[in-house]
This record gives sequence, structure tokens and C-alpha cells, in this order.
Amino acid sequence: MSGGAADGRGNAVEIRGLTKVFNAGRPDAVEALLDIDLIIAPGEFVSLIGPSGCGKSTQLRLIANLTEPTTGEVLVNGKPARSARLDQDYGMAFQQAGLFEWRSVAKNVELPLELKGWDKAGRRARAIEMLELVKLPEFAEHFPWQLSGGMQQRVAIARALAAHPPLLLMDEPFGALDEMTREHMQTELLRICGETSTTVVFVTHSIPEAVFLSTRVVVMSPRPGRITEVIDVDLGTRRGVDTRETARFFAKVTEVREALRGIQPAGVEPDIEQVAEEL
Amino acid sequence: MRRSPGHAFALAWPPLLFGAVFLVLWETAVKVFDFQPYFLPAPSAIWDAFRANTSLIWEATKVSGLNAFVGLLVGTAIGVAMAFLLARFRLVDDLLSPVAVALNAIPIFVLVAVFNNMYPVTSEVPRRLMVTLVVYFIVLINVARGLREVGNVYLDLMRSYAASEVTVLRKVRVPHAVPYLFTALKIAAPAAVITAFVSEYFGGLQNGLGSRIVSNIALSNNAEAWAYVLGACLLGLAFFLAAVALEQVATPGGLGARERDRA
Repeated sequence: MSGGAADGRGNAVEIRGLTKVFNAGRPDAVEALLDIDLIIAPGEFVSLIGPSGCGKSTQLRLIANLTEPTTGEVLVNGKPARSARLDQDYGMAFQQAGLFEWRSVAKNVELPLELKGWDKAGRRARAIEMLELVKLPEFAEHFPWQLSGGMQQRVAIARALAAHPPLLLMDEPFGALDEMTREHMQTELLRICGETSTTVVFVTHSIPEAVFLSTRVVVMSPRPGRITEVIDVDLGTRRGVDTRETARFFAKVTEVREALRGIQPAGVEPDIEQVAEEL
Repeated sequence: MRRSPGHAFALAWPPLLFGAVFLVLWETAVKVFDFQPYFLPAPSAIWDAFRANTSLIWEATKVSGLNAFVGLLVGTAIGVAMAFLLARFRLVDDLLSPVAVALNAIPIFVLVAVFNNMYPVTSEVPRRLMVTLVVYFIVLINVARGLREVGNVYLDLMRSYAASEVTVLRKVRVPHAVPYLFTALKIAAPAAVITAFVSEYFGGLQNGLGSRIVSNIALSNNAEAWAYVLGACLLGLAFFLAAVALEQVATPGGLGARERDRA
């Protein structure tokens, strides 16, 4: 195990000199990320925030090894990202819940375990345990289309955490939910990650969401995507409904907003539309 | 979740009522305007002819039905196999897709005449070949789409699980393509009956529904011809319902159940 942190686990994520160019060497080359360095310790909750096109989703996909870097290296749990992916060291959730509609809720949660070669009884027991964690045990035999959007997203989180990965990668998982559901899901996510002591890297467009969830907010600028500021959010580990109304919360929201404003023309707020950031 | 009998009745009565009104209007029109039997027989006359010739119609239905069934099976098998090849190998896709489209653009019934030349007069093979060709194309197009058009989020997920290409095929592409297969079968099953039956117009044994209709019209036995048409309708309907039933059984949590729930 490299990295050598005190707890012997090393860093959860280690990104050094990372650059990503799409269509490299062609006239339509796009510099998506430039010179990214970022180290995430186990147990942290780190949000990536920035306007559309700043490469935050690309950065998440590089950590997940869903795409390869042009230069630089990405280590997950002290291993190259590719090995981490092959060892299924992380779970992932997207804006679309991405549940398989021909599988029951429980069978969806079981899928990553099935691919890891778990036996049937073990899979089922873990699936039920995970559904209890996301408070949907009575929906085990339902099919995805019978669930609301927020419930589907909770199943997706249960599935991402089913194999108890040390790392959870989330790409705007609550982006398609209404505000009420969204805030509820944020509180639930913090509880779940607290109970499972999972490290989270979370991509979002929403400033309050980033502040409420994170221990650190990474602010990024577009074209090429770079990290412009990293803001520590010291709101404590027990955050709830009341946290959103504290002066400290508002101060942090303002701080992140100003950091974002600094990177683009005055008066332009980050684009909250979901725009495809990739080819 | 299950459809109650009352609910089924609520769904069924509008078309049943429409059918009944249509038949009454038809019957009345024939009586009032005094249509001659060689022009348009009354439904009651067709029904009488159907009752009088039930065993003959049944024999003819078995012949056309078997041709349609064999063609449907073979066409589906080849269509599915080809869809897998196309989805797996880009090169095969590039080579065969234009050929498949070109084949489908041929006014295919002219091929029956060609096939008839290749086989003895008493052979049912040309008709079955025709059905196979029609079914094959419908199945190929739909299943290939089902195998290929899997959302990116699913492919990303499977990659994050370090799943191999074969695993993705087994766990994602194939189950995703199943509803597409049944969509294809619901179109292909009645099309198989129509094809089997129209193929008989181009010669060969005079033993199927199509041949019987032609010969009865030639003899001005219009009510009998219509009775065979009724037999053909029932055969097509039976094929369609069989495809629907198969879908309901094969996709408990998928498309079938969802349609059931909505209905």
C-alpha cells in the first residue's frame, strides 16, 4: 500500500498533473482538464462545482476510469484507477438512476454482487440490508417503474454501496429531483455515508447542495477545466435540517458563490442546466 | 396490479359494440339495397357458408397456418442470429445492412414466382421461404436495435463493475432486446399469415386459404369465399394473440407487465 497515511489506507483519491484532451491532435481538439492536482483523504466528502463545461464530470469519469487521462495519473486507494475499477473499489451513481427495468429492486441492488461472484443467499441478505439502509425494504420485489424518481435514486445509491466500496462517485445524482426531495435526499445521503464511513466525490451544479454535503468544495473554471479554489466547509459532522438556516451555512454559500463569480464575467451565475459536457 | 374482470369488460365493450353495429348495418344494407350475392353477400349468408364448410375451412387453415408457423419460426431464428452478428461485429453490420435493406425493398411477392420455379409444384417450401423472408427482416431490425440502443448510463455502470463484453451482452443487451423481440413478433405473426396466404395466389397446391378464396371467387361462390376470408381473419388473430400471450409470459417485470398495468 503506497501513500503512507497514518491509518495505513493511503489516500482515497490522488490526482497528479492530470490533463484530458478530447480528440487530441485534431482540429476539433477540446482541452477538458488542465493540470489537475487533488488529494482526497478517506472519509472526506468532496464536491466538484463549476459552470457547465468545466470538466467536473470528466474528472469524475477519470477517477472511475470510465475514460483515460491524456497525461498525469489517477490513484484510487493507492492503485492506478484502472486496477481500482477492475477490483470494484468504488460505487457509482449518476443523474439518471439507471436501474435495469427488467430486474426487481432487490435484483438491481444485487447486480454488482452478482458480478463479483457472490452466492445467491449472500446477495439477497446484503440487498435487503442495503434497502433497509435507504429505507425502502418493503419495495424489494417491486419493479423500478413502480417507484418515484427519488425512490429510484435511493435504490441506485443502495446499489452503488452494495459491495461496501470505500469510495462513492456521484455525478449530479439529485439533479433531476424537485427541491423538497432533493434536500431530503441530501440529508439521507449524509446519514448513509456516516453509517458506512464512505468517502464521496460528488459532482453538482448547486451551491447550497455542495456546501450542505461537503467537507471540502472544489471550485473549477471552464475551458480548460482547472481547479481555481478549494474551500473547507467546517459545519461539523452532524448536519440536519437546521444546518441550512445557520449563519455559517450562509457564509459558506456566499464564499463558494464568490469563488465561482471570480472565474467568469460579472453577473453571470453558473449555468444550472444539465449540459452534456462530453462527446 | 391484476386486471379485474370488470375492467376487462370495460375495455372490451366499445370495440364489441362497434363490431355488432357494423354487422347489423352491413346486413341491413344488403337487404334494403337488395345487393346481389355476387356483389356482396350478407353476414348471415357468410356465417351460413362458414358453418356449412367448417371442416374444409379448417383443413385449409391448417395448411396456411403451418406454412405461416414454419416461416415464422425459421425467420425469427435467422433474424435473431443475424441481429447478434450485426450488434457484435461492426464489419458484418457494414456489409450486411445494405443487403438486408435492399432485400426488403424488393416487392417480395414477385419472389414467390421465382421460388415456385425452383421447387416441385406440390412443394410448400416456396411459401415458407416467403414467410421466412418477411419475418426475418422485421425481427432483425427490431432485435438489432434492442441489442444496440442500450443507454450510456448502463454501459458506464457495467464498465464500473469491470464487466466483460460477454457479461454486458448477457446481463444488459439481451434482456434489453427482449421487449423489442416481442414488438417484432406482434408485427411479424399476423404478417406471416398474410404472406403465407397471399403466396398461394402464385400457384402451387390449391390447398390453403388463399387458393380456396381464389377458386371460390372464380366459381362465383362469394359467400364461400368470404367464409374463407373469415377463416383467414381468425388465423391472423390467433397468431397475434399467441404473440401477445407469449410476451406476457416472458416479460413479467418488463414491458408486458407495464402495459398490463396501464390497460
